[in-house]
Amino acid sequence: MTEALLKVDGLRTWLEGSAGVVRALDGVDLEIRRGETFAIVGESGCGKSITALSVARLLPETGRVVDGSVRLGDMDLLALPEAAMRNVRGERIAMIFQEPATSLNPVLTVGMQIGEVLERHIGLRGAAARRRAGELLDAVGIAESARRLDEYPFQLSGGMKQRVMIALALAGEPDLLIADEPTTALDVTIQAQVLDLLRDLQARTGMAILLITHDLGIVADMAHQVAVMYAGQIVEVATRDAFFASAQHPYSRKLFAALPGGRHRGAALAVIPGQVPPLTGEFRGCRFAGRCEHAFERCRTEEPGWTAISDGHRVRCHLRETEPAGPLGEGRSATSQALAPAAGAALLDVQDLKVHFPIRRGLLKRTVGLVRAVDGVSLEIRAGRTLALVGESGCGKTTVGKSLLQLIRPTEGNVTFDGIELTELQGNALRRRRSDFQIVFQDPYASLNPRMRVADILAEGRSALGVLGTPEQESRRIDELLNQVGLDPSARDRYPHEFSGGQRQRIAIARALAVNPRLIVCDEPTSALDVSVQAQILNLLLRLQQEMGLAYLFITHNLAVVEYLADEVAVMYLGRIVEHGTVAEVLDAPRHPYTHALLSAIPTIEGGRERIRLQGELPSPVSPPVGCHFHPRCPDVQARCRAAYPARTQLSATHSVRCFLFGDAYEDEEGRAT
Amino acid sequence: MKLVPLWTDVLVWLLVAVLAGYAWYAHRRPHLAAPWRRVSRSNAGMASLVVIGLFAAVGLTDSIHYHPLLPGTQAGAPPVYSVEARSLLDDLLTPLWSRSEKTYSAPLAIRSYSRETVELPGGEVRREFPRLRYGGRHVADERERDRDVVLTVLQGLAWGAMAWATLAAVWVTVLARLRRVTVQTMARRILRRETQVAWIAVFVTLLVAALIVTPVALLAGGYHVFGTDKVGQDVLYLALKSVRTALVIGTLTTLIMLPFAVLLGIAAGYLRGWVDDVIQYVYTTLNSIPGVLLIAAAVLMMQVYIDSHPERFPTAVERADLRLLFLCMILGVTTWTGLARLLRGEALKLRELEYIQAARAFGVRDTRIITRHILPNVMHIVLISLVMDFSFLVLTEAVLSYIGVGVDPTMNSFGTLINNARLEMARDPIVWWTLAAAFGFMFVLVLSANLFADAVRDAFDPRVRVGQAAAEGAG
Amino acid sequence: MIAYITRRFLYAIPILIGVNVITFALFFVVNTPEDMANLALGAKRVTPEAVERWKAERGYDKPLFVNAEADGAARLTDTIFFQKSIRLFVFDFGNADDGRNIGHEIRTRMWPSLALAIPVFLIGLAVNITFALMLAFFRATYIDFWGVVVCVAMMSISTLFYIIGGQYLVSKTWSLVPISGYAPGIDAAKFLILPVVVGVAGGIGSGSRWYRTIFLEEINRDYVRTARAKGLSELTVLFRHVLKNAMIPILTGAVVVIPTLFMGSLITESFFGIPGLGSYVIDAIQAQDFAVVRSMVFLGSVLYILGLLLTDLSYTLVDPRVRFE
Repeated sequence: MTEALLKVDGLRTWLEGSAGVVRALDGVDLEIRRGETFAIVGESGCGKSITALSVARLLPETGRVVDGSVRLGDMDLLALPEAAMRNVRGERIAMIFQEPATSLNPVLTVGMQIGEVLERHIGLRGAAARRRAGELLDAVGIAESARRLDEYPFQLSGGMKQRVMIALALAGEPDLLIADEPTTALDVTIQAQVLDLLRDLQARTGMAILLITHDLGIVADMAHQVAVMYAGQIVEVATRDAFFASAQHPYSRKLFAALPGGRHRGAALAVIPGQVPPLTGEFRGCRFAGRCEHAFERCRTEEPGWTAISDGHRVRCHLRETEPAGPLGEGRSATSQALAPAAGAALLDVQDLKVHFPIRRGLLKRTVGLVRAVDGVSLEIRAGRTLALVGESGCGKTTVGKSLLQLIRPTEGNVTFDGIELTELQGNALRRRRSDFQIVFQDPYASLNPRMRVADILAEGRSALGVLGTPEQESRRIDELLNQVGLDPSARDRYPHEFSGGQRQRIAIARALAVNPRLIVCDEPTSALDVSVQAQILNLLLRLQQEMGLAYLFITHNLAVVEYLADEVAVMYLGRIVEHGTVAEVLDAPRHPYTHALLSAIPTIEGGRERIRLQGELPSPVSPPVGCHFHPRCPDVQARCRAAYPARTQLSATHSVRCFLFGDAYEDEEGRAT
Repeated sequence: MKLVPLWTDVLVWLLVAVLAGYAWYAHRRPHLAAPWRRVSRSNAGMASLVVIGLFAAVGLTDSIHYHPLLPGTQAGAPPVYSVEARSLLDDLLTPLWSRSEKTYSAPLAIRSYSRETVELPGGEVRREFPRLRYGGRHVADERERDRDVVLTVLQGLAWGAMAWATLAAVWVTVLARLRRVTVQTMARRILRRETQVAWIAVFVTLLVAALIVTPVALLAGGYHVFGTDKVGQDVLYLALKSVRTALVIGTLTTLIMLPFAVLLGIAAGYLRGWVDDVIQYVYTTLNSIPGVLLIAAAVLMMQVYIDSHPERFPTAVERADLRLLFLCMILGVTTWTGLARLLRGEALKLRELEYIQAARAFGVRDTRIITRHILPNVMHIVLISLVMDFSFLVLTEAVLSYIGVGVDPTMNSFGTLINNARLEMARDPIVWWTLAAAFGFMFVLVLSANLFADAVRDAFDPRVRVGQAAAEGAG
Repeated sequence: MIAYITRRFLYAIPILIGVNVITFALFFVVNTPEDMANLALGAKRVTPEAVERWKAERGYDKPLFVNAEADGAARLTDTIFFQKSIRLFVFDFGNADDGRNIGHEIRTRMWPSLALAIPVFLIGLAVNITFALMLAFFRATYIDFWGVVVCVAMMSISTLFYIIGGQYLVSKTWSLVPISGYAPGIDAAKFLILPVVVGVAGGIGSGSRWYRTIFLEEINRDYVRTARAKGLSELTVLFRHVLKNAMIPILTGAVVVIPTLFMGSLITESFFGIPGLGSYVIDAIQAQDFAVVRSMVFLGSVLYILGLLLTDLSYTLVDPRVRFE
C-alpha cells in the first residue's frame, strides 16, 4: 500500500447560521491514497459537501475551519497562505460539482474557461493552449472539439457541460479530483457515461478521486474505499468489498435496508425513524442513538470511538466493540411474482394521446414547428393497480401525467376515466369529475402553499369540489386524513415550513386523498427525498393502495422504485412508449434495446449486470430522428429503423414492444400500423 | 369646535386603521409575524422605526382638523365657528405660529435680520437692527442671551434625561412583568441584547431624541430656534407642519396605486394571453411618458380646473388638500407600473409552482387561486416596495414643489420651504436657516425611512433568506 | 433576430399612439380650450372676444375630432386632434406661446443638455461601478459596511441640497466657478464642471448600492466557486468572471436612459441657468405654455421607447445566450 495522498485529521468546520453556530463537521478523519477512489456517502445535511469545500478551502463566507489538519502529500493545506493555496487549487486539487448548468460561466466560451486553467497552472497560452484545450475535450469524449471550444455553455447539453467541467478539472493535471455529486443532476444513461469517463481517466492519469454521493449504487460501481457520514462525522470506513459484504454501523445497514427493489416486494421497507439531529449543540453520546433500534444506555452518554473490525474497516459504534455484525441480508430472494392480468375493465383508458406545443417564431409569431412532447401514448390502468411510467428527463412522462388530469389539454387522443371521456368535458362538468383523480408532485417544498395552514390545505380540494360537510365532519375528516398518512392531528394548525421534506410529502398525499380519489398520479414523489425518507413514503403509498384500492400512475426514472412498487411498467422514449409489460416481463427480461440500456446504466449494489453504454443524448422532441426515434443511439440499429417507426408488437398478453427486432409492422405517415 | 374631515385626513386615519388591523392579523399568524420578528431584531430597523414614529406622531396630530370656536360667543346663542380650519398640532404649537415677526431673523436671534428706520425717543431717526417682537423678549440685556440659551439647553437636557429615564424604567418594568422575570434580569437581558426585540436600539434612539427635543422645546418658548422666514413666521413651526405633507405623499400615493398595481400585475402574470398583452401595453405606455412631465401636465390641468370652478372649494385649506390628494393620485399613476411589472413576473413564476397546479387539479377557480395562493405569496414584494417607495416620494415632493407642480403654494411642505428660501441665497449674510431646517428634517426622515426599508427588505426578501439557508443546509 | 427587432419596432407604434391619446385627453378633454384661455388671460379681463382671439392664435378654435363644416379630408384634418396630436408623429410641434417654433428650439437647446447629461451619465456610471466593485471586493468587512452606510446617507439627501450646497460652497464661498450661466463651445466647461460633479454625486448613493447588490448576487453563483476552484486570484475572479456577468444587467439598465439624455435634467439645468431642454420644460411649466409641455411629453415618450429598443438590442450584444437564439 502506498502512502496517503490526502490525510484529514480531526477536521471541524463551523457555519454561522441565523440560529447560531452549526457544527457542520465535528472531527472528520480520512485518508486517500494515489489512484484510489474514496467515496463519502450519506444523506443530505450530513456534511459531505462541507468536507469537500473545507479540504479545498472554498467554504462559503459564513463557514470556517476551527480545528484539525488537512495534509496533501507533505503540505499542511490549512496552514498555507491564501496565495499558495491558489497554486494548490486547480493544479493539485481540482473539483467538479453537482450542477453543471450553473457551474460554468455563462458568458465565457468553453475554450476561455479551460484556457484560464492552462495559463494559470501550466503556463500555456495562445495556440499551444488552444491545442491543449482541444486535446482535453477529446479526452473527455466531446466530438468536434475545435468547434466546441468557441461555444458557450448554454449551447451544450447537461452531460456535455459536465464533461467540460471534467476537462477543466483535468487541465491542471491534478493529483486529487473532488467530485461532489457529479452525476446527480444527470439522467442515468448520461450518468453511466460520465462515471465510465471518470474511471477511465483515473486509470490513465492515476489521480485520486474523492467522490461524494448519496447513491450506494454509484459507490458500489466506483469506489475503492467507502466512508459513511452521519451528522458531521464519519461513522464507518471500509473497503468497498468489506462494506458491501458486511457494513457494520447500524446507520449503514439501515441505508441498505431502505433501498427499494424487487427483493422487498410486497413487504414494507426498513425506515429510519426521526430525523438527523440539529448540529447546533454539542453531542453527549452517539449521534445516531436517537434513531437507532439497538441503542442502549451507554450510547446516550458516551460518544463511541473507532472500533477496528478488520484491516481498514473501522466503525464508530459501541455495539461493535464486543462483536461485529454478520453479513448483510442475502441478495434478491426471488424474482417478483408474475401477476396475472387483472380482470375487469380499465379504470383509466388512454388512447393515442398527443400533446404538442407550438413553437412560434418570426415577425407575426407564426407557428413554425411543434414540440411533440407526447406523441401517441396509449395505456390503461385498472383499479387498485400501479402502472409505472419510466423514462429519462425530457421524454414526456410528466406531460402525460398532467394531460391525463386535463391540467394540460391534450392535442389529440382520448382519455376515458370510468367510461367518461375527459377530453370533452368542460367547466363544471370536468370539475365534478376531478375528485376521482388527483396528483402528488415531486418537490415537497413547492407543492404546499407556505401561507396556508395544513387544515386549510387539506380542506381546499373538498371546498373546491363542493363535498364539504358540517364543520364537525370536516374537522373529523382532517384528523382522519392526517392519521392515514401517519401525521399527528396536532399538525392541522401548523404551517408547511414547520415540517421536513418527508412530512410535507405526507401532507401532499393527504391533500390528494381528501377528495377520495380512485386514481393518483404520482409524479416522481420520492426523487427529491433521501433514501430513508423515500422508504417511508413508498411504504405509505403501498399501504394506502392496499387499504383503499387506489390506482397509481407512478412517474419515475428510478427503476428500483418501480421494481418494488409497480405492477406494470411502460418505458417512454421521446414522447412514445417503447415497451410495456408487467414488472417481471420488462425488468427481468427487457426486449427493447433502450430498456436494456436503461437497466444496465443504473449502478446497483449487486453489480454484475452486463453493461450496455448508450452513445449520445436524448434528441430534441422538436425534430425527432426520422424513423425509430431511438435509432441514432441504438446498438442494434438496422437500415429500416431509419425509415419508419416500428409499430407495436405483442409478445405476450401483457408484454408489447415497438422495435423491428421483434416484429416487422411499422407505422405509416398517419400513424397507422401496417 | 367643529371637526372638518379633510380628504387626506380621512385617508390617513384609514391607513392607520388598516395598519392596526394588519398588525393584529399578522400577530396571530406565525408565518406573517416571523419576518417582522426579524425586523425587530435589527438595531437599525428599530432605531429608524422610533424616529419614524416620532415623525408620524407629529403628522397624525396635524391630521385632525376642525373649525375652532370663536371666542366671545354669548351663552345660549348658537356657537360661531371660525372659518379657518386648524389642526390639533396648530393648537399645541400656538406659541410658535402666533408670535410672528416682521421678517427674517436668524436662529435664536433677538434682533431682526434687516435694518429698519427707528425713531428714537428724542425724535432722532436711526437705522438699526430692531429687537424682535417676540424672539428673546424675556432677555433684558442682550449680553445675557448666550448665558440664557446655555442655561435653557442645560435645563432641557436635564429634563430630557429625566423624562427618558422615567419612560425607560416604566418600560423595562412592564416588559419584566410580561416576561415574568425580575426587573434586573430584564435590564440585563436588554443590555446583553438577549431580547427578541432590539430594545437597546429603541432606548438609545429615544434618549438621543429626548436630549434633542426637550432643549429645543424649551428654547422655542422664548426664541425662534430655526429663525423666521421672509414674513416673520417661525421656521420650526413651518418645518413641523411640512412633516404631514411629506408623510401623506409618501404613504397615500402608494396606497392609492396599490390596488391597480396588485390587481393588474397579478392578473397579467397569472392569466397571461390577451389580458397580459393589454395590461403590459397599458403600463408600457404610461411608463413611456416622462414621469415629471406627466405630473406637470396633470397638475397644470388640475390647476386650470380649480381656477375655473372656484365655487367647489370653500376654503384655501380644502383646496390645498384636494390638490395634495390629486398629486398623490397622479404620482401613483406614474409609479404603479414598476410594482405591477414586478408582480407580473412573480405571478408568472408562481403559476407554474406545484401547489398552484395542485389547486387546479381540484378545479379551484382562478379568482380563488389568485386570492388564496398568489396574493398571499406576493405580499412581501408589495410590502418591500411600499417602504422603499416612501423615501423616493418624499424626495420627489420637494423637487416637484420646487418646479411648481407639487403641492399648493399655500401648503407647508419641504419643497415649498426650499423654494421660498433659495431666492435668498444671494443675500449677504446668507439666509441659510430655512434651507437648513428643511433639508435637516427631510434628511432625518428619509434616512430613517431608508434604514427601515432596508431592515424590512432583509427580513422579507426570500432571496436573502435562501442564501442563509443554503449556507446552513450545505453539506 | 431581425424579425425580433422588427417586431419590437412595430410594437412601438401602438404605444406612441397610446401616449398621444393620453396627452390629448389630458390637454384638451379634461379642460376645454375655454378654461385654458380664461386661465391664461387672467380672470378679470376675460371677454368672449379675447377668449376667441386667444384660441384662434393657437389654433384651438377648431372642433376636437370632427369638423362638420369642412369638406372631404378636412373634416378630419382641420381639427384640434389632427393638428395638435397627429402632427406630432412627423415631429411638427408647432409654435410656443411666445411665437417661436418649438422644433427649432428643441434642436438648438438639445446641445447644452447633452453637454451636461453625457458627462454626468458616463462619469456617474464609471464612478458607481468602481465604488460598487470596491464594496463587493471588501464584502462582509467594515469597509463594505461603512460604504453602504455612506450610500444610504447619500441617497437620503435631496438633489436640491447637492445643488444648493454645491453652488454655495464652490461658487459663492470659494468662487471657483460661476454660479450659473452658459457659453457655447469650449467655454462651456467652466459652467459645466459644477453641475456635472453635483449630478454625479447625487447618483452615487443609489447607483453604487444597486450595483453592489448585483455584484453580490453574481458572487454567490456556482460558476464563481468553479473559478475559485481553478486557483484564480480573487481579483481575476472579480474582474473576469463576476464583472462580465454583472455588466449584463448594469449595461442594459443603463442603455434605456441613453436616449432620454436628450431631454436634459430639469432641476440642474434650471438652477445652473443652462439653456437646455430641461430648463425649457421648467420655463414652459411656469409660464403654463401647454404647447411646449405637450411637445416635450411626446418627445420624451419617443426617446423612452427608443431606449427600450436599444435595451433589447444591447442584450443581443452582451449576452451570448440571447445572441445565439
